[in-house]
Formats: sequence, C-alpha cells, structure tokens
Amino acid sequence: MKSLTNRSRVVSNKQMNFWERIYFPAILNGMRITFGHLFRKKTTVQYPEVKREYSDIYRGKHVLKRDEEGRERCTACGLCAVACPAEAITMVAAERKPGEEHLYREEKYAIVYEINMLRCIFCGDCEEACPKEAIFLTPELVKSEYSRDKFTYGKDELVEPLDPAKRIDVSKRQTAEVLEFKKNKKYKHNK
Amino acid sequence: MIRYIIYKTILSSFILVLSLVVAMYSTLIERKVAGWFQDRHGPNRTGPWGLLQPFADGAKLFFKEEFMPISADKFLYILGPSLTMFIALLTSAVIPWGPDLSIHGVASPLQVADVNIGILYIFAILSIGVYGIMIGGWASNNKYALLGAVRASSQMISYELAMSLSIITIVMMTGSLSMREIVAQQQGFHWNIFFQPLGFLIFLICAFAETNRSPFDLPECETELVGGYHTEYSSMKLGFYLFAEYINMFISGAVMATLFLGGYHFPGLDKLGLSPNVFAFVSFMVLFTKITFFGFIYMWIRWTLPRFRYDQLMKLGWKNLIPLAILNVVITGIVILLNQ
Repeated sequence: MKSLTNRSRVVSNKQMNFWERIYFPAILNGMRITFGHLFRKKTTVQYPEVKREYSDIYRGKHVLKRDEEGRERCTACGLCAVACPAEAITMVAAERKPGEEHLYREEKYAIVYEINMLRCIFCGDCEEACPKEAIFLTPELVKSEYSRDKFTYGKDELVEPLDPAKRIDVSKRQTAEVLEFKKNKKYKHNK
Repeated sequence: MIRYIIYKTILSSFILVLSLVVAMYSTLIERKVAGWFQDRHGPNRTGPWGLLQPFADGAKLFFKEEFMPISADKFLYILGPSLTMFIALLTSAVIPWGPDLSIHGVASPLQVADVNIGILYIFAILSIGVYGIMIGGWASNNKYALLGAVRASSQMISYELAMSLSIITIVMMTGSLSMREIVAQQQGFHWNIFFQPLGFLIFLICAFAETNRSPFDLPECETELVGGYHTEYSSMKLGFYLFAEYINMFISGAVMATLFLGGYHFPGLDKLGLSPNVFAFVSFMVLFTKITFFGFIYMWIRWTLPRFRYDQLMKLGWKNLIPLAILNVVITGIVILLNQ
C-alpha cells in the first residue's frame, strides 16, 4: 500500500553495537544539546513588564461608539441581540425627547444596553450585524471580578467617553473593503 | 587548648553555615539552570534575579501544616529527616578546605578533623546515609514510601561497592587514608583524575546514585511512587529531606574535588608568593569553584537524562560498574608493582 505521508519507518529490532550499548556517546551528545540551550533566546514573555502585541482586530471588550459630534450611534434596533449566538445582549429602547438631539443620533435610542460578559463568546457577530457602526469589539480585556453580577456591563461601562481625546479608535478594525462600502450611499446601511 | 577549641568551633560553624547557605542557593540555582536548559528564565520575581527565592521557599516550608499520618511510628517518623540532615552535615568534617591559615604565627589547618582514616570515615558516613531515608520511608506506613525506602537502600548498597572500589585505587596510589595527605600529593597539576580517569568516572556515576540524583532518583520517582520515601512528609520535615539532598550534592562535590581534582590545588598558584592567609583564601576559592563545577554537572545531567528503570540501575551497578572497578584496581596494582 502506498503511504500517504512518506513518513512511515520500518521498525528494526537490531542489536545495539558496543558504542550504543555503553551509552556514553549518546549521553555526551545529549549533554551537548542541553548545553546549547543555555544560550538560546528565552521564549518567556515577562508579562507585566513586557506585553505581547495584540492583533489590531483582537476581539475583546465591546465599546458603544459615539459619532463625530459625540452623539450615541446606537438606535436600539436589536440586530446585535438577534445576531448574538450566546444571547448575551439585552436592551430597552426609548424615544428621544426634544432637546436631547445632542445626546442621541437617532430618534430612538437604547436607554438600557447590557452585555453579559460571562455569556459573551467574543465572536464579533454583533459588530458585523450593527447597521449604525455603533458596537465594536476592542483589544481591551474584560477585567476579572469577585462576583458574577459585576460582569453584566451596562451603558456606563460600554459607551465610549465623550472627551474626544479618550475616544476609542476602531479604524483598524475596518478593512479597506468596509470603508469603500461605507462611502457608497446607494446602500441603506450608509444613510 | 582553649584557643584550639575556639578555633575549631569557629571553623566548624563556618563550614556548617557554608553548607547550609550553599544548599539553600543550590535550590535556586537548580531551578535557574533548569529554566535555562528549557529556554526559560527560572525564578526571577523574588528580589533581583530571584535571589530571595530560597528565603521565600524556606518560609513557606516553615509555615506549612505539620502533618503526621495517624498510623505512623511517631519516633521514627521524626528521626528519619533529622538523621538524614545530621548525616549530610557530618561528612564535611574531614574535608581539607585549604592550606594552613596563619593566626598570630600559629599554623592552623583549614580542616575540622584531620582523621588519619578520613576515607574510611567518609565511607562510614555514606553507609549510614541510607538509614535516614529507610527509617523515614518505613515509619510513614505508606506503601509508596516503603517502596521508595526499599529502592533507596538497595540502590545505595549496590553503588557503595563500586564507589569504595574506585577509591581503593586512590588509596593504593597515595598510600594513605588521610584526606590531607591525598590532597598534598596532588600538588600542582598531579591530579588523580589524570592517573585514574576510569576510577573518577565510576566514582562520579556512583556519586549520582548515592545522592539520589537523576538519572538515579528512583527512591523519589514521582511518576511511579508519588514522592517515594517522603510521600507522607510535609512542612520542614520534607524540607529537611530536600535540603539534605542539596547538602549531599555539595559535600560529594567537595569529596570528588578533593580525591580526584587536586582539592584546593591549582597549578602555579603556590609560586605566586602570596602571604599565607591570602593564599589560603585563594586556594579555598579554587576548591569552591571545583565544587560549583560538580554542582553544575549534577544539574546538567539531571536536565539531560531520563530516569533509569530499576533493573537497568541494578544491572549497571552490579554487572558493569563493579567489574570495571575491580579491573581498575587490578590494573592500578600491576602498574604500581611494575614501577617499584
């Protein structure tokens, strides 16, 4: 039968010769190999001082984006909640009152928006589903807590800060194709 | 007389402290070296370069719960680790650590006891060494501990023979059983290793077996025996067993350096014209370097070779090392006779 990988070897039970039987050449060779490892570059990443570089599109904690004028983009359409395979997202929609135009971009907004970080599997389907470019995943990590209820993140933890200097940059998450697509006003998504 | 007592007390306490500190830091170096061999850093969080790690380990061992199995023999259970530690510290008494110091013009030897049968003393202590492990393993009333103890005793008895036979050649060459005399005869570069390479090799292999170091660490073989003879030990009693292993490493390194690598001698050192005390210090450092070298060899081997199987261990000891050692004795005897 023809072998698939060409890696199969015929097992032999041949007697070891004298040099193999006294083991010393093999032992010395082994010691040479281990000694060589003394001077190798260490593979350890010394964590708190050195941090391994994250991918630009690392899927960590979510952020609810604001637009250029600082208005929340989310319109509480619920597509993210529908898309979520882990059913981690819940929201309550509310109507924008007159005089709140500087806070919310659309007439309808999410008065409550919660993500249960223990349910979330960080798949990124929510950001893909979002028609308003409102929710994104960031390279930031979800912090550990002592009790489970602290893991249900509300708007206070998810919405990005108003201060333009503290805004979370998600431009790297958007590929050239996505940016091109967003320019095209032909699609409803971009209106 | 008072002077003599005070000097010997200071010297022996110095050697005691030295063995303990070296053993303490051997644990750190062992873990460091293990790390380097495996492309890691080793412990480096406790103090700079992990230098406080031994203290952290010691403190941890002290504060651990002192657990004693209810079916254990209480007296023997405590005697085991105490005896191991005691015996590990005894051997250093006959090792000459350097040439004579000159204190107020009086030559004072850097050796606690110049016993004229130093080698016999070392053999005797080595033979008692196994009792600590045997008693501890037996007293634990645990089958793994007992198996470990049985392995330790038969392993040590088997390898002691080859070890003694390899030293006999040194005694034949030197014509003396005194460690001091043996070192004195290796002055300059007349190290015994050049005349007895086979004897040195046999002694080295046996030293690995006697100190229960890998590849001969069958008495504590984790994969088969949980922890071997110290399975039931915890807290500082366990610490004593582990600590004694490192002291044994240090002392056996010292014995090997003394018997085969010329002790504190180094070629050309005595021609530098140093004052006696400086000379003694430098010579001591030379001996210490040689011991450190052996310590490194111990660790190097440990992180290179896998553990022997028990029948392989016995076969190596009885069928290979002992005949080789006897052959070595015979050849040495013939050469000495021909040279007379």
